[in-house]
Parts: sequence; C-alpha cells; structure tokens
Amino acid sequence: MHYLNLEDWTRRSSPVHAREARVKLAALMVFLIAVGSAGRLPWPVAIALALLLLAGLVAARLPVAGVLLRAGAVLPFGLTLAVVTALAGDLGRGASLLTKSYLSAVAVVLLTATTTLPEILRALESFRAPRLLLLVVQFLYRYLLVLAGQATRMRMAAECRGGRGRRWRFQAAAGSLAVLFGSSRRRADGIYRAMLARGFDGRWPALAPKPFRAADAWFLLIAAGAPLAIRLSPDLPHLGAAWLR
Amino acid sequence: MAPLIEVSGLRFRYEDGAVALAGVDFHLDAGETVALFGANGSGKTTFVLHLNGLLAGSGSVRVGGREVTGNNLAEIRRLVGLVFQDPDEQLFMPTVIEDVAFGPLNLGLEPAEAVERSRDALEQVGMIDVAGRAPYHLSAGEKRRVAIAGVLAMRPEILVLDEPTTWLDPPGRRHLLELLLRLPQAKIVVTHDTRFARAIATRAVFFERGRIIAEGGVDDLAARFRW
Amino acid sequence: MHIPDGFLATPVWAALDAVSIPAVGYLARRAQRDLEESRAPLLGVMGAFVFAAQMINFPVGIGTSGHLVGSALLASTLGPSAAAVVMTAILAVQAFIFQDGGILVLGANVFNMAFAGVLAGYLPFHYWSAGRWRRFAVFLGGFLSVLVAALLALAQLLASGVPMPPAILAVSAGLFLVTALLEGAITLAVFQAIERIHPGWIRKPSPAGGRVTASLALAAVMLGTLGVLFASSFPDGLENMAGRLGIAGQARNLFETPLVDYEFRFFQSEWLRKGSAGLIGLTVVYLVCAAMARGLARRKRA
Repeated sequence: MHYLNLEDWTRRSSPVHAREARVKLAALMVFLIAVGSAGRLPWPVAIALALLLLAGLVAARLPVAGVLLRAGAVLPFGLTLAVVTALAGDLGRGASLLTKSYLSAVAVVLLTATTTLPEILRALESFRAPRLLLLVVQFLYRYLLVLAGQATRMRMAAECRGGRGRRWRFQAAAGSLAVLFGSSRRRADGIYRAMLARGFDGRWPALAPKPFRAADAWFLLIAAGAPLAIRLSPDLPHLGAAWLR
Repeated sequence: MAPLIEVSGLRFRYEDGAVALAGVDFHLDAGETVALFGANGSGKTTFVLHLNGLLAGSGSVRVGGREVTGNNLAEIRRLVGLVFQDPDEQLFMPTVIEDVAFGPLNLGLEPAEAVERSRDALEQVGMIDVAGRAPYHLSAGEKRRVAIAGVLAMRPEILVLDEPTTWLDPPGRRHLLELLLRLPQAKIVVTHDTRFARAIATRAVFFERGRIIAEGGVDDLAARFRW
Repeated sequence: MHIPDGFLATPVWAALDAVSIPAVGYLARRAQRDLEESRAPLLGVMGAFVFAAQMINFPVGIGTSGHLVGSALLASTLGPSAAAVVMTAILAVQAFIFQDGGILVLGANVFNMAFAGVLAGYLPFHYWSAGRWRRFAVFLGGFLSVLVAALLALAQLLASGVPMPPAILAVSAGLFLVTALLEGAITLAVFQAIERIHPGWIRKPSPAGGRVTASLALAAVMLGTLGVLFASSFPDGLENMAGRLGIAGQARNLFETPLVDYEFRFFQSEWLRKGSAGLIGLTVVYLVCAAMARGLARRKRA
C-alpha cells in the first residue's frame, strides 16, 4: 500500500491545492473526455496536452518525476496492448493508445495529488452522487491501512510458523482471511456503536463545502477550456470553412 | 444532591442466553471518579454500555434523574460521554476535526458552531495541531485524546472510559492522567491498571460474574482481590 | 481486468457509463431508502477487507500464488446489491488512488465487475446453496464472477478496435480460465473457513421463486457475455440485423459532431461501427432478458 506519498502531496500548498474540489474535478472530466473521445490522437495535440499537464504540475508545486512515475502504473497494460497492436500491423494506433492512457493517468494523479479524498467526495456529493456510495468510499479509505496492517501482521505470523507444504499454506491463508473477515465485521459493529454513542440518528451530518471564489472560476475556464481548445484545434480550418459557406 | 447515575437491579442476557449481568446496583455522584475492576468477561463493559442506552436490560438505569428509555436516548447520549477501548473504532471519520465535530453536528449545531466547539475540545486535550490530519497517522495515546475530545465536544456531565490506558506507554499514561484530572466531569473508569486507578479514582467496585461483589477504596479492593 | 482510460472507444465507454451510473444510483438510493445509511461503516470496512485480503497470497505451485478478487465472497455474505455497492466503492478507490482502472471508463469496470461479476458470482449460490451442491455452487460463483468480468472487458476492448490476433486471444482466454479457477478455489476455502467461525455471517438466500429467476438470469448473463464476445469478433452476422433495426445508422447519428467536415476518424473504420452496433444490440438483448427474469420473479411472488 504505497499511497501515503499521495497523501503527503495533498498537504502541500499551491494555487492548485487551494482551488475548490468541484472545479478541479470538472476540469479533470473535461480533459479525460477530450482525450478519451479522440480515436487517434494527432501528435501535435498529444504534445500540447502533455505540456498543459506539465504546466499544471509546476503550478501545483508537485514533484514532476514522482507524479510521472506514479502515473506510470498504467504503462504495463498500455505497453502490452501497444505491442499487440503493433504486431497486428498498426503501430500508429498502438502508440496512440499508450499516449492516451498515460496522459489520462497523469491528469488523474494531478487531481488526487492536490485534492484530499474527503474533498473529492464532497465535490461528488454536490454533483449529486449517491450518499451511501460516498460514505462507503469514505469508510473504506479510513480503514484501508488499518486492515492492511492487520493483514501484514497475519502474513508475517504465518511465515514465522513455516509452511508444511502448499496445501497447508493454502488452507492457512484461507483461515487468515476468515479471521480478518470476522475481525472486520466486529470492528464494523464497534464503529456503529461508537456512532450511536455520539448521537447518530440514522442520517449523516455534513460539513459545509468551501466557498466558491473568483479564482475558482478562472481556474475552471483555463483548465477546462485549454484541453477543449487543443482537442478541437485541428477542426478550426474546417470550422472556418463551414462558417464561411 | 441526587446521584448523577443510579442503577438498580440491572439484568442482561446475551442473545445466546448467557447471563451477562445478574442484578447490578450502582450509583455515581457529582465529582466522583469510580474505578470498575474485574476479570475479563465479568460484565464491566456490558454494564457501561447500558449507561448510554446502547444496551437495554431489565431493571432501572437513571441518568441525571431520568430513566433511560428508547425515547430519550439523544439526551442521555449527550449527558454520558462514552470513550471506547479501541480508538480506531471511535475515530471513524477521515480527519480529526471532522470526527470531533460528528457529535456536535448530531446535536443539531450549525457547521460553523460545531467546528468551533471541536477546536475548543481539541485545545482542551492538547491536540489542536493535528486537526486536519487523518487518524491513521496518530499514536495510540494521541488517538485516545482525540476520542476524548470528540466526547467533550458534546459537553457531557459524565465521562465513561473503557480501559483507557490500553496500548499507552508510561508517558502516554501520564498525559492521560493529567488530562483526566483537569476535567471536572464525574467519571467512571473501567480499568485493569491499578496504579492508574489509584491516582484517579475516589472509589472502586469489583465485578464478578455479572455482579458487583465489593465496593471500597482502590487500595482496599486491590489488596483484597490481589488486583 | 481493470481497463485504464484511453483504450475504449467513445461509444463503448459512453454507453457503459450511461448504463452504470444510473444503475449504481438506483441501487444506492434504494439502500438509502431502506435506512441502510447506517450500513455504510460495515460496507466500507468490508471494502477495506477485500483490499487487505488481496495482500494475502494463496500458493498454487511452481512459485506462483494467487489472491482473492472477492466479488463472489462479498455477494454470499452481504447479498448481491450490497456487494455491488461495495465493489463499486472498491473500483472507485482503485481508480482514483491506485491508478488501477480509469475514471472515464469507470462505468465499464463497474458494469463488468460490480454488476455482471457480482451477479454471476451470486446466482449459483442463490440457486444451489441449500443441498449437496453447496460447495460446488460457491466454487462456481467465484469462477464465474472472474470469468464473466474478464470476458466482458475483453469484448469491450475488441469492440473498441484493439486488434487481437488469435494467438493473443487464446493466451488471454487461458489466463482468464486459470484466474477464474483460482478464484473459485480461494472463494470456497475462505467461505468454508468463515462458516466454521460464525455461520451467521453467511447469507441465507430466500427460496421464494428463486429457481426459475436464477436460471433465467444466469442464462442471460452467460448469453450476454458470450454473445458480446462473438459479436465483437464476428460482426458481419449481426451487421445485417443491426442494419435492419437501423441501430448502426442511429449510433452514427448519435456521435455525429456539429462540425461539418470533421468526423471522428475511428468511425471511418467499418469494423468498429459494426462492432459497436453489435455491442449495443446485445446489451439490449441482455437487458431485455434480465428484465424478463425480474418480471417473472415478481409474478411468482404475487
């Protein structure tokens, strides 16, 4: 579980970090749609989008190498498919797929490195995402490391006791999971009791979202407008011609 | 003055029929700190869960002069602040400040007011610096203090703490002790830690098999039961 | 199995987002209405459990080991709709925090794993959990949950024009089978271990009208999956049908941009147009089957 550095990145301060989560999320969606709706990404467009992302990383005062490395998680899948596509004779498509997926991944990391998950969830709530789902994500995120720590300790304890062969270790792993399952269920009961003890009456209270500022509006204009403009730029001659007709 | 908590003849059975409490009489006066001793499974935790209505047995439980029923749980849970043994179960929100604000928000306060009260509570326990952090990064002692802040933010009159020194190192215990001694609320402390109890409790009771079988000073009971 | 952004064609990811988003909304709001918001901690912790569980290795020999995927296990302990919500939450966290799966294509991954995977994982259990086929039912659930999700993902990639020579397809199919078998074995082992600790944690599916519904729905899932796979690889046979139903033409109009001379270049690929038409057509067939199955269930209960 190595997303702790992602959390560290969200605690930095920069003009991007200070922006409202809703505009950042909206800008991300525009970027992803701009990339995702393009069948084949022309090279100039890809480069322009990459430069835009780079500008974003610099503005957010993030470690560029670190972010690029993190987004590289999508590369294995992409490379495999790119190779497959190239072998099938379409090198251009393969490269395009790889580029599209990597650009998208960097954009996502840019969001999650400048916005905490609770902020993202609050933004999703204002976009009318179902409350229950957001609460489940919130709790999942809160207890992810707690349970991962438990699982690691169990794994170490099992290793200490040595393996008497594959089948035994298989059953031991199943037993560990069952114990983890039980402990998780009981933990959930404890959480529920703790909620009741502090007055929970069936409905979740919500904190107020951050106020919307002029800077947020400008950010949205630039961060959403730029990818759109870049994406549609090959059309401009066509547009112009059509308009003049 | 009437006792803050008055319990008489409390009985409770688990779902499988096992007897957890077999008739408990108990009282807590203002300003007191009572330590609950007893072996694991003797009913101490089950007992305290009745004090804020999380469990309901037969018999009488009166808090602040009121009988605990299904209808006044909101008020009871404001009066009785329960700090659970496992702070990871109690700190269930993504950040410290959101968690401490959970109680006040449930009481109906406006978000701004809730946040202000939460910050006051965090100042009181000395944890204001970590307000924006995720609970995962805190030590056991820090989590314990944040849990107490979450309860203090509801302005209770009674604090109930279930094994508060678990997982604490000696400095952690010391800090906790200093904090608790500063708080004016009447307290009930379930504990195995006799030294801790000695430093904080005015009185102690001893649980065995769902009953209180002895009551007296901490040293008294410690000597009698070799605790 | 988690498809990243950038690999699916617009009609594919758009259609799947359009299906998944309302479906998740419906499931979640129905659960909320039943005052299930207090279940959020349990569902969240179960999601964290699945993550943590994936860290524990199950040795299978020659130095390799597998891990639990979890859809079938969640379904048999929490029920299918709760399991779908948990899986959706898991996929969202994987996409945002771990870059495992894309955001734009989250609808596709949710459809494959949180809906189809959970359903395929639950139905054998629902149908056969009482009786001497119980262990096989649990194994089958684990097996199908992974296989169905993987096949759907493959189909979506094919429909998006990612060319897959037969050799690659064969290797992929082989990998899917092995992973699916592993999931079946792991799910069964963990299920039995949980049952030994506390049988109350295993769901008892309601027998009312279950059998016919279950078989129909199971058939629909399998049909839908296989059909989609076939359609993507051999679009010609369906192009006639799609053409007669006018779907291909409508699909084209849907994505016609207002820019006069500019066309999404990939739509010029005949193959892709047929593929997406086939996919849309078969999704319709699958949804009709599922709706029929639900209608039958309601009649049986009435």
